[in-house]
Amino acid sequence: MEEKKTKLLEVSKSEWGILIAAVILPFIFDFSPYVQGLLIFILLWVILGSSWNLLAGFTGQVSFGHAAFFGIGAYAAGIPYMHFKLSPWWGLITGGIAAVILGYLLGVLVFRLKGPYFALGTLASGEILRLVFGEEEWLTNGHVGILYMTTWVSKYPYYFIALALAVGAIISVKIVMKSKAGFYFLSIREDEDAAQALGIDTRKYKNVSMVISTFWAGTAGAFYMIYMGFIDPEVVFALHNISIISILVGIIGGVGTIWGPAIGALVMVFVQELFRSAIFGLAPSWVSGLHALIFGVLVIIVILYLPGGIVGDWHLFKKKFGSSKKLEVSK
Amino acid sequence: MDLFLQSLVSGLLIGGLYAIIGIGMTLIMGVLKIINLAHGQILMVAMYITWVLWHTWGLDPYLSIFITIPLVFVFAEGLSKYLLHPLIEKDSILPENQVLMTVGIGMVLVELARSIFTSDYRSIQTSYTDKSLYIGNISLSLPLVIAFIIAIILTVGLFYLLAKTDLGRSIRATAQDKFSATLMGISAAKITILTYGLGSALDAAAGSLLLPVYYLYPDVGPLFTVKAFVITILGGLGSTVGAIAGGLVLGIAETFGATYISSGYRDATGLVIFLIVLVFFPGGLKRFTKV
Amino acid sequence: MSILRLDNLTKNFGGLTAVDHVSFTVNEGEIFGLIGPNGSGKTTIFNLINQYYTVSDGKIFFQDTEITHLKTHEIAKIGIGRTFQKVRPLKRLSVEDNVMAAAFARESTFAGARSVARDVLKFCNLDKSSNLLAGSLPIGGRKRLEIAKGLATRPKIILLDETAAGLNPGELDEAIDIIKNIRGKLGITVLIVEHIMKVIMTLSDRIHAIAHGATIAEGTPEEVAKNPTVIESYLGSDYNVEDYLNA
Repeated sequence: MEEKKTKLLEVSKSEWGILIAAVILPFIFDFSPYVQGLLIFILLWVILGSSWNLLAGFTGQVSFGHAAFFGIGAYAAGIPYMHFKLSPWWGLITGGIAAVILGYLLGVLVFRLKGPYFALGTLASGEILRLVFGEEEWLTNGHVGILYMTTWVSKYPYYFIALALAVGAIISVKIVMKSKAGFYFLSIREDEDAAQALGIDTRKYKNVSMVISTFWAGTAGAFYMIYMGFIDPEVVFALHNISIISILVGIIGGVGTIWGPAIGALVMVFVQELFRSAIFGLAPSWVSGLHALIFGVLVIIVILYLPGGIVGDWHLFKKKFGSSKKLEVSK
Repeated sequence: MDLFLQSLVSGLLIGGLYAIIGIGMTLIMGVLKIINLAHGQILMVAMYITWVLWHTWGLDPYLSIFITIPLVFVFAEGLSKYLLHPLIEKDSILPENQVLMTVGIGMVLVELARSIFTSDYRSIQTSYTDKSLYIGNISLSLPLVIAFIIAIILTVGLFYLLAKTDLGRSIRATAQDKFSATLMGISAAKITILTYGLGSALDAAAGSLLLPVYYLYPDVGPLFTVKAFVITILGGLGSTVGAIAGGLVLGIAETFGATYISSGYRDATGLVIFLIVLVFFPGGLKRFTKV
Repeated sequence: MSILRLDNLTKNFGGLTAVDHVSFTVNEGEIFGLIGPNGSGKTTIFNLINQYYTVSDGKIFFQDTEITHLKTHEIAKIGIGRTFQKVRPLKRLSVEDNVMAAAFARESTFAGARSVARDVLKFCNLDKSSNLLAGSLPIGGRKRLEIAKGLATRPKIILLDETAAGLNPGELDEAIDIIKNIRGKLGITVLIVEHIMKVIMTLSDRIHAIAHGATIAEGTPEEVAKNPTVIESYLGSDYNVEDYLNA
């Protein structure tokens, strides 16, 4: 075994390649606003998916309520604007913080629960917040939502901000997973009791995972408010469209892998748009109504045949094509 | 006082329907050891079948349970056999694989319904839809009363099945200890697949019974999935008697929440109670009913 | 000098008394054996020491400090490591990562934890398997991995729970050597629960025997092996100890 000096962050060549491509492609091709919008959504899902994946995929705490943190982040940007005309841009700071506080408080409740009960506890928490934010109109403007004239018409600035946030999320996960905390997350995921016998304060490290995870979910929510210029509880606290999709993005890409959520986000947005556009107008128009259905079928197929997701089971693809590179240890 | 009694009675009636949804979920949870997050979606499927039967042939929704129950039973067995059961063998990072599969199934069912029936709200107008019975100043919606009675009959039937038949004994044995059940010659795989069908069939009955009093649209599925697990946790996992109590409590809590807090908090009330019970009383109402 | 002392330790599960006023003292540098028939409460005692179960009555002292009410992870932190009878590797992690996760109990950097892990793996003859997934190790390797994880937390005393069960004769000798070296080379005190007489008799300095949760004898291996109560309750009354020891 060659001894390499361990660095805080290791970036492979292909990772540099992806990053550079993501930065310069918009300068080379003149993407239509439609494509720009899609790219921004992919990046948003990279952030949310990575956030969910840290808590669920790496730490084993399968959250069904990530919309709670996304939504609180969005409102942390929206409410000060609505009441005090404070720019929603502050949300990039306050959104993450608000979500971390909520996550910590919820953790006190839901970390008493294990496995499916944790899933249900988080799910209920998210739903309660959705209902409360819909009802408390004095604070949130209820179902009317909060409207804000976005800063720029062009989508390019938002693209680069989203890219920076997505890169930040992935880097933070990479760094954490190479540290003591990362090893502890995995130990908790694999066997919580055995982890305690190794001297791991499981409660504390579940909270650490929660804090990092919720920070990114909240920041993503705040970005959503800034970019879309409109939020209402049904959108940002959505059980299906936020909480569940966060999970599915992780599942498709590969839970417990660094790049899984990014791949999952790409596949999800691509498949949905492919069908929403009726395969670029080549198919009859009724096909466009099927986009969510096709995505659901894709989820079922992945769970059945690629339980490790696209990234986690990449070696299955490789095997098919005859390459026999040594398998990487999944973590 | 009338308002109080009215809320109580309305809550109890709807709670009867919730109870059979909860019993179905409890059966599945007890034997498969999973939360079925497609439970409400299966109920939605039954509602659409009932709606089609009414719309096309004018079949009374209460009679249609004789069609929806077997149909959904077979359908759910298929889901269980081909989508859920194979996952037991698969090694996955998250043990919640089967639960996530039910999420996928639920999603596909909702979207299928949307593709076929669009997102429009649908309801049916029977001759008795708006009829009510009166006891003093308290009105009882006739369709709910009929549904309540049918729900009781189904519940009694199920208890008979579980307590007195070989099949029922096998189900209970598998729920308690799958391994020992296998040693006693019970095919745990068969029972597991069958139980998913049985639990879904109860769910289907509830769907048919709900149609005369509830709007139908694809997203009714997720709504009832949430209700179903609230009931089950309230009742204490795996306890059929608890599920009945859980159903009634949720029904009452919802109507009281709507009456005394605000109609917008109708669904929140149930969830808050759920979260409190989940975190602080992990045994559910079972602890209090001692069953 | 005493490193671990149980004082009238008792555990009730409902009406059942699984551990009944057990007292013993493990001295520093000792290999101390704990024996008893199946279900006599040995593993329960381990689970009480590291606080998986809460103690019903009695006290536990570590280096004369009471530790009866610490949390499980704190027990590991103060220097009590343990292995499990049912091996519990983090199966989707490599062997080295498994041990690293444990090594982080005392190390805060990646490099530090890795170097501790490599030392320990070498000590347990696992250095050649360090890149394998823990789930793919054969049983002998998993048992040694358990020991490696326990050692990587750098304990002052390690509790070994049936580390030799299910091993073939070759693996057994290897395990005995490792346990000897834990005390000999690392200077770590060992408290060992074992069914295989060969292991416990060759290794232990002193043995404590329990049956039905209560103490029946304590002494050197010879003394305990000849104790009539032990022979009757543990080995069966028609048992010939000499035959067994010579087998």
